[in-house]
Amino acid sequence: MINRYRWWEYLLIYAGMALFLVFMLAPFVEAFMVSLRPLNEVFRVPYRFIAEGMGFGNYVTIWTAQPMLLRWIMNSFGIAVAVTILSMFCSVPAAYAFARFEFRLRGSILAVFLVVSMVGAAVLIIPLYKLMLAAGLLNSYAAMIVPGAAFTVPVGIFLMRSYFMRIPAELEEAAYVDGASRLYTMRRVILPLAVPGMVVVAVTTFITAYAQQFLFALTFNSRNELNPLPVGLFQFFGHETVRWNEIMAASLVGVLPVLVLYVFLQRFIVAGLTAGAVKE
Amino acid sequence: MKTGRDPFPYLLLVPAVLLVGLIAAWPIIETFRLSFTDASMRPTQEYVGMENYTKFFNRDFWPVITRTLVWTTLSVSLKLILGLLGAVLLNAAVPGRALFRVLIMPPWVVPIAVGCFMWAWLYNGQFGMISGLGQRIGLFSGPFEFLAYKQAAFIATVVTDVWIGTPLVALYLLAAMQTVPADLYEAAWTDGASRFYRFRRITLPLLMPSIATMALLSTIWTFNSFDIIWILTEGGPRGSTTTMIIDTYRTAISRFRYGEGAARAVMILICLSVLSAIYLAMLLRLTRKGRAR
Repeated sequence: MINRYRWWEYLLIYAGMALFLVFMLAPFVEAFMVSLRPLNEVFRVPYRFIAEGMGFGNYVTIWTAQPMLLRWIMNSFGIAVAVTILSMFCSVPAAYAFARFEFRLRGSILAVFLVVSMVGAAVLIIPLYKLMLAAGLLNSYAAMIVPGAAFTVPVGIFLMRSYFMRIPAELEEAAYVDGASRLYTMRRVILPLAVPGMVVVAVTTFITAYAQQFLFALTFNSRNELNPLPVGLFQFFGHETVRWNEIMAASLVGVLPVLVLYVFLQRFIVAGLTAGAVKE
Repeated sequence: MKTGRDPFPYLLLVPAVLLVGLIAAWPIIETFRLSFTDASMRPTQEYVGMENYTKFFNRDFWPVITRTLVWTTLSVSLKLILGLLGAVLLNAAVPGRALFRVLIMPPWVVPIAVGCFMWAWLYNGQFGMISGLGQRIGLFSGPFEFLAYKQAAFIATVVTDVWIGTPLVALYLLAAMQTVPADLYEAAWTDGASRFYRFRRITLPLLMPSIATMALLSTIWTFNSFDIIWILTEGGPRGSTTTMIIDTYRTAISRFRYGEGAARAVMILICLSVLSAIYLAMLLRLTRKGRAR
């Protein structure tokens, strides 16, 4: 009964939702419409939402007009996958240590991770650039993967830690009593139980890594064949005529896989994102 | 569980400490050191004392920091207002809310750069949608190039930042909203409290800690925001969107003045540490309150 709405309340809620969605989705709708227009309709005055000669032609021609496109999309995926693996490799054992063990530097190391998670990569770009230069990593995949992973590790640790803390400690104690080593216990008892949490953190890390691969590629990489999609397309900005229809078609092709991934896994992603919100 | 000189937990920490230490913690210290040098493309560098700082203070420190604060405050307030509104809508028990939840997230899911490409096209003056529709309804008398005028570019970058940041704020506040015990609402409802009254007297007060947490986190993230402004305006026109981050990047990476750039980065680090200190103090207070109850 408490959730029964009157007609004008329904009206208000749906009108609010509609307005909200217009703001959130209008750029996608317009990008899609532009991707369907031929170039002469893109540069047409006055503006028309539905133009003549719309069709999926651009989605066919982009691959030949921009031969690097497939390479950029693959790079984007490869970099995001590598970032996720490296990040998980660091954050899962660390989170387990923070969740289960008392040791002397525990508080201070955790504090360092917290501080680091507050500092954006762009602030530290100078020493990072010098580091990449000194290590000879400029213009390589590693220059985009290693820093990309480092900046996702702290959040990964905090999320994973809360998952580990929910697993009852009695399980490990039982394993110790049976004479299992701690490494064995972690690998065979705890990690299998933490798989759902690991999936959540991995998916969130992957989407973050896919979303934020601009700064490092822009700064550390000048070899076009190594570029991820965002930087690959960014080169076309500022030219005399920007071929907007092709850029939008390429952008949408590039984001379609993550959007599909998101739609299928959105329950897990939402759970991961809001894990910190529930405070008791 | 285990205490003492056990090496096992330290071994577990090795990968994370190595990676984060090298890529994120060491650069913080190195930024401080570089800020006192004249480091540049040349192979040698010398310590110059406070010169980089005095130069920055005498030239453009105040305009840049004011602009950064206005940009950040404007963007964060809009994100919180819209996010709270979104959370309220998401929390309404009406058919279609599951679909609504899926549909508000794409701005956060797609790469920031791709979102900015879309907005760059929307902002296009001659052929873009906003200018075109604005002319049709008589809002503008001619083509309006949003990214070419100082104030318009400032607002335009804020709007794009809000667009990208709002979904996460809405989801976070929704999660907090759903922890409010249902019997509170039912008790108020039995007493005849209206829906708006229940929101103002139950939801909002109980949500305050989460709103404050999100406000600070969002401020920190927005303060660090680089991609959006760089893609849309590169800090222009005539410096009107040059926030501290953009200013640092341009000084250091575009002009190769590492020392001067580092001094600017240090000022950002100081601002961030103030914000983080407030955040941590608040977090500690909240957890203590939670335990006391």
